[in-house]
Amino acid sequence: MANSATQAGLARQFWRGGSRLITSLLSLLVTLLGLLAFTFMLSHQSPVDPVLQVAGDRASESTYQQVRHDLGLDQPLPVQFWRYLEHLARGDLGMSHITAQPVTSDLARAFPATLELATCAMIFGAVFGITLALLAAWKPGGLLDNLARLISLLGYSVPVFWLGLLGLLLFYAVLHWSAGPGRLDDIWIYTLEPKTGLVLVDSWLSGDREMFRNAIAHLWLPVAVLGMLSMAAITRLLRAALLEENGKEYVTLARAKGASRTRILLCHIFPNVRGTLITVLGLSYATLLEGSVLTETVFAWPGVGRYLTTALFASDVPAILGSTLLIGGCFVLLNALVDALTWLTDPRTR
Amino acid sequence: MTQHLSDAEIVTPAPRRRRRLTTLVIGGTLVAILVLTALLAPLLAPFDPNAQTISARLLAPSAAHWFGTDGFGRDLLSRVIYGARPTLLLVSLILVLTIPVGLLIGITAGYVGGWTERVLMRITDIFLSLPNLVIALALVSILGPGLLNGALALALTSWPPFARQARAETLALRRSDYLAAARMQGISGLRLMFGHILPLCLPGAVVRAALSLGGIILSAAGLGFLGMGVQPPTAEWGSMVAEGSKVNFDQWWVAAAPGGAILFASLAFNLTGDGLRDRLDTRNDS
Repeated sequence: MANSATQAGLARQFWRGGSRLITSLLSLLVTLLGLLAFTFMLSHQSPVDPVLQVAGDRASESTYQQVRHDLGLDQPLPVQFWRYLEHLARGDLGMSHITAQPVTSDLARAFPATLELATCAMIFGAVFGITLALLAAWKPGGLLDNLARLISLLGYSVPVFWLGLLGLLLFYAVLHWSAGPGRLDDIWIYTLEPKTGLVLVDSWLSGDREMFRNAIAHLWLPVAVLGMLSMAAITRLLRAALLEENGKEYVTLARAKGASRTRILLCHIFPNVRGTLITVLGLSYATLLEGSVLTETVFAWPGVGRYLTTALFASDVPAILGSTLLIGGCFVLLNALVDALTWLTDPRTR
Repeated sequence: MTQHLSDAEIVTPAPRRRRRLTTLVIGGTLVAILVLTALLAPLLAPFDPNAQTISARLLAPSAAHWFGTDGFGRDLLSRVIYGARPTLLLVSLILVLTIPVGLLIGITAGYVGGWTERVLMRITDIFLSLPNLVIALALVSILGPGLLNGALALALTSWPPFARQARAETLALRRSDYLAAARMQGISGLRLMFGHILPLCLPGAVVRAALSLGGIILSAAGLGFLGMGVQPPTAEWGSMVAEGSKVNFDQWWVAAAPGGAILFASLAFNLTGDGLRDRLDTRNDS
């Protein structure tokens, strides 16, 4: 009997997990569809008439109608949306006017650069942010705690593009510690063989250590500037979570049993804030992908963000919407991933 | 101080409570300075912000021009002072657009419940999981740049936190004696929602607003920096940084001054928001 009761319990748990999975997948799907509907509506509202783009502005009325029909623009909106989705499923985002290339291949070339920048910035932010939060929680109200508060406050109040400009001024123009904008110096930029699209990996694979060092010299400053964003968020939220745990009874118990402050912090409290940690890391990674738009513009970093801003200046609608879709999609997926990971690692949320 | 923390310090850290008040006072003072600067700009600014003096191009900070001059010989201090106006205007517009929408959706979801709640909160979550700046950029690129369009574009992704908070507060209120008493008097429906629930959700919305404003100011400045905000020659901090970025290595002050102003404004609202939240003790749930 007891056995069948456990089985029933297991089955219920499994069922609850399954329905939870389905709901989250459905909501992810709805969110992505919402994003697609947004970009579709924008492409529809675009001031550039796609018919005139094909037929030319001197086209006769019958040619105009013919082109309009060929492009499917005389169909009802839901049909047009469906066709838009079909094109997307085939990886067709239209042609960029500035590069005269398919937007998909432009994005595929630019995305690794953004990924590299955001990932390195994430690592920077996580290492310094977690350290700072732990130092702050080690002695709440102490000097380090106040310092951590100040740094995180400045970090989430500073405009990242301005911080980038100041960084370039100080570390590139005055101190010459950074190699400045771009991913590589001009002498290497055309000899680099893009195997993975990640400049650190590619320059390492090329075997030219000088080139690898140059890539690092270019990379570290934008990484530090962008990483400040995630560092501020991680410090702020992790510190709050650590301090909240600090007031719980198990901490008092551990202290009564004579555990040292460091031991309590690292072995007792830290594992209990993993939910917060996952959430913060995931969300700040998503923010970094977005923050890269401004950072890449300042540092002439050839990623999706810079592609987007270049397209903005040229009113290149397919490129703008393609980049929006890519960054937005990553953002949405990361949000969903954070939810899933929190659910998997923290039994309290089940 | 012994090796271990005293209990009192862990449970209710008295110094922290005092510091909360200081945070609020400092933040409030900075916000007041900002608002006064915007209102009194014509009195405070030593020069006309748009007066171009070609002979005085790119002058370094001096006694006559405290922040120096830009590429058109315009006084940067005056432009930074006037730049507070579009920023605060944009921020007010966004608040006027987002708070009512957020409260309406949140209170309706919390009060009505059932499928209405599920659908409304799903929509809220969709908008919450969209990237603020990128969506605004895409929207402005289609609508055309400008103050109003910028505000609309940023408002589109800024209302969900208000809705979530209002819903949480309405849910907590739903079983309160206070509302039961109102119901017993025969008050129901819209009058209950807007006459009795709404006033109790307002403080939370104000705190939420103060907390989001710092980020909104940064996004607005980002729009300006990318040329998608208020158009030149109007003095706007983001676009002023963009102008300064062209001469960043030689005339650093052109970008430094407006960027510092953005930092100041964002800091002011972040401090106020932190102080208010701790003061009113509303839980940060997003």
